[in-house]
Amino acid sequence: MSTPTAILAGFQAKRRSARSRSLKPWYQNGSLVAGMIIVGLLVLMAVLAPVIAPYDPIKQDLTATLQSPNALHWLGTDKFGRDVLSRLIWGAQVNLRIGFLAVLIPFVFGSIMGGLAGYFGGWFDAIVMRVVDVFFAFPFYVMVIALVFILGSGEASIYLAIAAVSWVSYAKIVRGEVLVAKKQDYVIAARLSGMSHARVLGRHIGPNVLSQAIIYGMSDIVMDIMAVVTLGYLGLGIAPPTAEWGSMILDGQEFITTLWQQATIPGLIVVVTSLGVSWLGDGLSDMLSPERRK
Amino acid sequence: MVDAPLLSVTDLALGVKRSSSTNVIVDGVSFDVNKGDRFGIVGESGSGKSMTLRAVAGLLPAGVKVLSGSMLYNGKELVGMARRERRMLMGPEIAMIFQEPMTALNPVMRVGEQIAEGPRRHLGLSRKAAMDLAIAMMARTGIPDPARRALAYPHQLSGGLRQRIMIAMAISCRPKLILCDEPTTALDVTVQHQVLRLLEELCDDFDASLVFVTHDLAVVNQTCQSLAVMYAGRLVETGPVKQVFGDPRHPYTKGLLDSAPDFDQPDRPLVPIPGVPPNLAHRPQGCSFAPRCPFVEEVCLQTPPPLFEVEPGRSSACFLSDEIFKKVIA
Amino acid sequence: MHRLSFIPGRLLQSIPVVFGVTLLVFFMAHLLPGDPALAILGDKATAARIDALRTQMGLDKPLIVQYGLFLGQLVRGQLGTSLTYQVPVSELVLEAAPVTLSLVFFALVLSLLIGIPLSGIAATKPNGFADLAVRGYTLIGQGMPQFWVGIMLILFLSLKLRLFPVGGYGQTAFDHFYFLFVPALTLAIALSPTMIRSLRSSTINVLGSEYVATARSKGSGGTELFRKHVLRNAVIPTVSILGVNLGYLVGGSIVIEKVFALPGLGSLMLNAIFSRDFPTIQGVTLFVALFVVVVGILTDVIYTLLDPRVNFGSKERE
Repeated sequence: MSTPTAILAGFQAKRRSARSRSLKPWYQNGSLVAGMIIVGLLVLMAVLAPVIAPYDPIKQDLTATLQSPNALHWLGTDKFGRDVLSRLIWGAQVNLRIGFLAVLIPFVFGSIMGGLAGYFGGWFDAIVMRVVDVFFAFPFYVMVIALVFILGSGEASIYLAIAAVSWVSYAKIVRGEVLVAKKQDYVIAARLSGMSHARVLGRHIGPNVLSQAIIYGMSDIVMDIMAVVTLGYLGLGIAPPTAEWGSMILDGQEFITTLWQQATIPGLIVVVTSLGVSWLGDGLSDMLSPERRK
Repeated sequence: MVDAPLLSVTDLALGVKRSSSTNVIVDGVSFDVNKGDRFGIVGESGSGKSMTLRAVAGLLPAGVKVLSGSMLYNGKELVGMARRERRMLMGPEIAMIFQEPMTALNPVMRVGEQIAEGPRRHLGLSRKAAMDLAIAMMARTGIPDPARRALAYPHQLSGGLRQRIMIAMAISCRPKLILCDEPTTALDVTVQHQVLRLLEELCDDFDASLVFVTHDLAVVNQTCQSLAVMYAGRLVETGPVKQVFGDPRHPYTKGLLDSAPDFDQPDRPLVPIPGVPPNLAHRPQGCSFAPRCPFVEEVCLQTPPPLFEVEPGRSSACFLSDEIFKKVIA
Repeated sequence: MHRLSFIPGRLLQSIPVVFGVTLLVFFMAHLLPGDPALAILGDKATAARIDALRTQMGLDKPLIVQYGLFLGQLVRGQLGTSLTYQVPVSELVLEAAPVTLSLVFFALVLSLLIGIPLSGIAATKPNGFADLAVRGYTLIGQGMPQFWVGIMLILFLSLKLRLFPVGGYGQTAFDHFYFLFVPALTLAIALSPTMIRSLRSSTINVLGSEYVATARSKGSGGTELFRKHVLRNAVIPTVSILGVNLGYLVGGSIVIEKVFALPGLGSLMLNAIFSRDFPTIQGVTLFVALFVVVVGILTDVIYTLLDPRVNFGSKERE
């Protein structure tokens, strides 16, 4: 019987089944577990930095500059006599914090714009898509660097610059998902039974559609961490003397012939961080939509 | 003096090997194809008929392996043959025609080139000579204006033309054995008829043998002289087409005939076979058809019946074949 | 109707995007409250400099007029005058562009040379040892900061093995090629993970297709099969991905140019940032964005040439 109630019951069942899409429990998901462990350890390192770092990361000691790794300084000291290991540990705070937080604004703003554009269509959609096209014409780093220039250096500018550039990807993804979801039976049923647009978007389309945005968000975190580190290398990021992995690599490059660790190790930490977050993202992707995993 | 068969398949078993178990898709299939034969293999989807054909062609999909048995082509063993040797056979000796020509033709290559590819490789023809041959083959398969059509891409041609291209491609090196996997299923009925006639003509002209896999009984009736019926990966009946269709000796064959429309008897009610084919991973212990068979008895549930010869040149895999069918006097 | 006849229409379509790009670049200066000239030059600049910039930017006129002037200059190929060097920005851009473009092109070629064989090996035996190794490579490759890869390559190739110079651009054309190799390799390593993932997945699809089975039924195999049937079909989806990534590549070259001290657009931009040379920043940004739009159109053209089914124009059927 196809009364509205029956249709509604049908789509509620569908929504429930859409939620429980993963094929195996989370603790058996290799990528997820590996990712959680790595990211967990790194976050722990960042949080416990004041406790576990042997030295103050910005304290200079000009009598002990440019030492190679030794018993006192496991990774040596840089040109200002600062302990490299401590800077590495403290650097996690800056890099992880900015990397994770920077996705929030683009995620929210981009998803809303994309969702509205896809759902309502018409001229609003046309305008949003044109704007998205324009933004896509600018390579990520060109824009971010130009914006950091304009907005001045500092953490807030980095958030703004990244937000201004990356929201478009979310918009595009969410819009695409909404366009598909719009046509599904359960949405038509919901509208037929008198639900307002807001309710349909919020309760029905939203949760199903956002999973793709979340999955993209994970790879975006990796990109943002990379961006912070790159800005640091270019001298445009967090101002010295704050410990940050990118600027550490810049400092290290000067002395690469003798003290190669100082340029290499921070980079390795970035690789490990990216691996961890990527695995976390892959694991999440498996849980949310295993059939779409490449 | 009887020549040795062109193709001799003996006890062929195909399956997918998993770590815990083996999923047997085709079990103990044997048949011979002689020179000039037109041999049909009939069955539902999932009966294993296409898989059998692909095994002969050496084109089994990833994961499916030959578990046991032998396939002799002109006396040479195909099972376990080195890839190099196999590739030399495919084209000049054995050719295959696929079901869906839209997906079976390379979308980014002109059709003439695709036909010419085989002759260039196997007959050593130059580019121009191969293309001329391709155009000649296209003309032979009834494609109008072949020189112009040879420059087209597959998506620019209609379904019937595409199938003719496939046929032209298959015969381009004059193979002795043509394997057809439901070549007319995707076509309109009128086109089907033309394509079948074409295939028959070509087999006569080139003196080639045909193995024709289909689920359409009418097609087999028209084109083939002998056939084998497959069910759940096993052979259930073999014999000359006219005899098998006129006087079936296996309950499944009878069921197929009863459920198929017959233009000679338009008012005859169609009786479908109840139930569904078994899951190949969980076969019934005895005869695979037993759960759906109206004549089932105790003996059928114990062991899978082998192929018995019910008459010279005909066999049936049913313990009760004689009791059920010889009683019925036409 | 010729299949490439979609190009004029496509160019027309790009015009709004180009407009948008110019608008965005124009407004970069006006993003901050207060006097843009002051904001750009900073409060340490001399009054004379500030005034010069104000005149150059026409800041005393209404916004619309400013934009109009900006566009007018643009159409004539004028991008303003560099504050640092006192030469037309267009000159600086034209001097630096070939370096960056050669780098990017070289990197594209190298990434294809790396990517096609790797994805081919991986796709032939999915989940085999080679496939896992290649996928491991893509996973790690995506996590390595580009500039760090460059530094590591310098460490090994230039310093330890002394095969390549540490940086710079060289004098002659051959020099350029030699000096660009390691930077291009760095960029290629950065680009290859995305490309390999896409190519691998589409190659797996193609290998499982019916027409490859048909080709095999004609006796095709090995590298011949790969070249004639597999690759020609598998690259098609990858082309659009590559097109999109080309923009990323140009952006990435900014960082690489710093690592290897190459006098390209990236270095131009970076130096302009540190000397607060706004017209140059604007000029480079604009050039790069327009380049990306052009690459987008070219990608569509190449796509059309590669895939005869694609037709932005009319439908043809017999």
